[in-house]
Amino acid sequence: MLLFTLLLTPSLCDAAQDHPVAGDAIIEGSIGDASRLLPILASDSASGDIVGLLFNGLLKYNERLDIVGDLAESWDVSPDGMTITFVLRPNVRWHDGVPVTARDVRFTYQKLIDPAVPTPFSSNYALVKSVEVLDARTVRVTYREPFSPALESWMIGVMPEHLLEHDDVSRTPLLRRPIGHGPYRFVRWKTGELIELAANPDYFEHRPWIDRYLYRVIPDQTTLFLELLTRGVDSTSLTPLQFTKLTNRPAISRSYQKFRYPSFGFTYVGYNLADERFRDVRVRQAINLALDKQAIVDGVLYGLGQVATGPYPKESWAYDPSVIPAPRDLASAKRLLAAAGWADHDGDGVIDKAGAPFRFTLLTNQNEVRQQVAELIQQHLRTIGIEMNIRVVEWSVFVHEFIDKRRFEAVLLAWNLSRDPDLFSLFHSSETKEGQYNFVGYANRDVDRLLEDGRRVFDRVERERIYHEVHRRLYEDQPYTFLFVSDALPIVASRFRRVRATPIGIGHNFIDWYVPSAEQRYKSKQLVP
Amino acid sequence: MLTYLVRRLIGLVPILFLITVVSFGIMHLAPGKPVDAAGAFNPKVSLEVRQRLAQLYGLDQPLIRQYLGWLRRVVQLDFGRSFLDDRPVGEKILERLPVTLTINIASLALILIIAIPLGVLAAASPGSRFDQATTVFVFVGYSIPTFWLALLGMEFFGVRLGWLPISGMHTVDYESFPWWQRGADLAWHLVLPVGMTAFASLAGLSRYMRSSMAEVLRADYIRTARAKGVAESRVLFHHGLRNALLPLITILGLSVPDLIGGSVIAETIFSIPGMGRLLYDAVMARDYPVVMALVTIGAVLTLIGNALADIAYAAADPRIRVGKTT
Repeated sequence: MLLFTLLLTPSLCDAAQDHPVAGDAIIEGSIGDASRLLPILASDSASGDIVGLLFNGLLKYNERLDIVGDLAESWDVSPDGMTITFVLRPNVRWHDGVPVTARDVRFTYQKLIDPAVPTPFSSNYALVKSVEVLDARTVRVTYREPFSPALESWMIGVMPEHLLEHDDVSRTPLLRRPIGHGPYRFVRWKTGELIELAANPDYFEHRPWIDRYLYRVIPDQTTLFLELLTRGVDSTSLTPLQFTKLTNRPAISRSYQKFRYPSFGFTYVGYNLADERFRDVRVRQAINLALDKQAIVDGVLYGLGQVATGPYPKESWAYDPSVIPAPRDLASAKRLLAAAGWADHDGDGVIDKAGAPFRFTLLTNQNEVRQQVAELIQQHLRTIGIEMNIRVVEWSVFVHEFIDKRRFEAVLLAWNLSRDPDLFSLFHSSETKEGQYNFVGYANRDVDRLLEDGRRVFDRVERERIYHEVHRRLYEDQPYTFLFVSDALPIVASRFRRVRATPIGIGHNFIDWYVPSAEQRYKSKQLVP
Repeated sequence: MLTYLVRRLIGLVPILFLITVVSFGIMHLAPGKPVDAAGAFNPKVSLEVRQRLAQLYGLDQPLIRQYLGWLRRVVQLDFGRSFLDDRPVGEKILERLPVTLTINIASLALILIIAIPLGVLAAASPGSRFDQATTVFVFVGYSIPTFWLALLGMEFFGVRLGWLPISGMHTVDYESFPWWQRGADLAWHLVLPVGMTAFASLAGLSRYMRSSMAEVLRADYIRTARAKGVAESRVLFHHGLRNALLPLITILGLSVPDLIGGSVIAETIFSIPGMGRLLYDAVMARDYPVVMALVTIGAVLTLIGNALADIAYAAADPRIRVGKTT
């Protein structure tokens, strides 16, 4: 009983102390400045971060990656999957006091498909036939054909019709002084230095506890890290080296808490499948068996990542847990290569076929992590008699001169994906034109069909089955050798409470974060614009 | 003299034209397009959308037409709008200019305040301990890479001692301060960036000052002054310095474009939103209008700086003006 009491006491104390109070400010450090603060034009990640606090979409992902309502109180997909009807929450207001209505949703859609508006997001809405306003709170979207990634596309921030209807969206002053309806209001933007937001007292969920959000632009990673040491920033993201080695000193571990969770992106080796050697699936499988991916994760990411068997991290419902990563097996790799006709006939240590040695160049861009990964791959392949050269080029040259024009043998790259598992543009055989993303030239009729079906079905169980199948097929076929999913590594000052790492990140409950009064650092001020 | 002046200035126009043609050509021939920033390698951004964006920016037109369009606007002093955020390029430059000017003028002032006495005193006693010590000191400064020195300074003064802010131009809430406190805040933030940039440039100017002064000190009129028993400090700073400074002024005139151009390294490390970073970010994002505006302004300033130097020489030496150099 005594033991029970002792065990219980600390948690009771914690619970008793967990009374959120308003106040304080958070200073987020970032290496890039925002560019345009309207949702349909915010294409860079800095603009996206800020826009996410100023505007809401109709839907959002919760911390378990389920789709839930945001501005939409409820939504309904018709049985044939052709129409989606959204009902907005009552009493949501723009920061200038005007109610948010279904007309704003229709207006946002109209601007998204307007050819005069330079938005990169319009492809998501190509299948929309119409967007109708049924009443002030209800909007119905009709599609030409069922399109399940559509739900994710309605997470884009809704824009104010009453402020923008007579304005050129790409030139409006609201790009730099936005008026949203989200948990924070815009206060000021000093280009290249700072963006300040203030808590919106009328936010429909509840007023955020943190009064002010300051986004400081510090373009140099090392400077950003030094600012952590002097507590000049409260939150930023770390590199694996900083996470494991440099943040263990008492000055940091006392004042900060570190988090890690898998990012939604994977690093891979992609093959040019037009190349005779890589067209043979046995060769690709042999390379997969020869690479020690755990050693790559440990050596390059200091263990802060997980070995990948496909395009999804383990946290995604599309990930098929029955796909077991094959352990490194040099004997089997060599057997596969021999079956494909590759063996070291001339005894020079490099396997050959019809007199031609197996030499190829792995192309990658200027990225320190990728260069290190490439060097490890080079070592691992040498053990099965494949000689690999590494060529590093600048990003734009890489994309336009090599990827777009298919002038590569193999590439080392990474994809950052959204939470919807649709991979149509990456692996469908129709997406192989110059500038499209199936640049490896992968064509598998079964995978094509699965990818088409996956876009038409809304039922989660059915989609899960389809994408598990896609995952399995991709692992068998190895158009890419999937290497790893790296971790996102944010660090936040420890005075902030209720910060939790979840599959969607740490920011999903940002409005619930708070700082106990005694620990508040920046005194509250009236900073409403 | 007036004819020379007019001829010299008119001569600048074709050179300027050539510079813009070459920079426009190189920039557009380089791989990468402005639309890359918005959607390259984003599977959610389709090929059609990227093509439409390029069309909206006018990038589908022939290069010559794009150049002529640009030229027509620039002649009317309109540098166009940035592809990145659609703001007028002129506005973006004017926003950054004061920052860069403040830092560069402050560091130039600091360099002069230190380099001149250092050079003069070293020249006054060549080979002395002081001369040797300053030689070592300035060459150490000259050899150390700026970014490394800056990081050392930040680590020592900012992190270890906690005396100076590491980055940025202001405390986050400086706008609520009274004016004098704002000034103090700015000065406090500028100590490290100005100090570090000045330290790196100190070597060149102080060595130049030393050799110029050493030459002057060998002149007959200095010997005469000394023979007449004029105090050594007066010989150095009154008779010597005035003449030794003349070549220095020419160098300063040529550094005008640098004052406005900004430094990418210092501005990035110290998080200062100046012209250097504007140019760097614009080049990286292939933001053609911003890059072209900055290149053109840089070219104009360099040409004017050169022309001013020539004109000054011409004013001093009539033989140059009439083309007789022998």
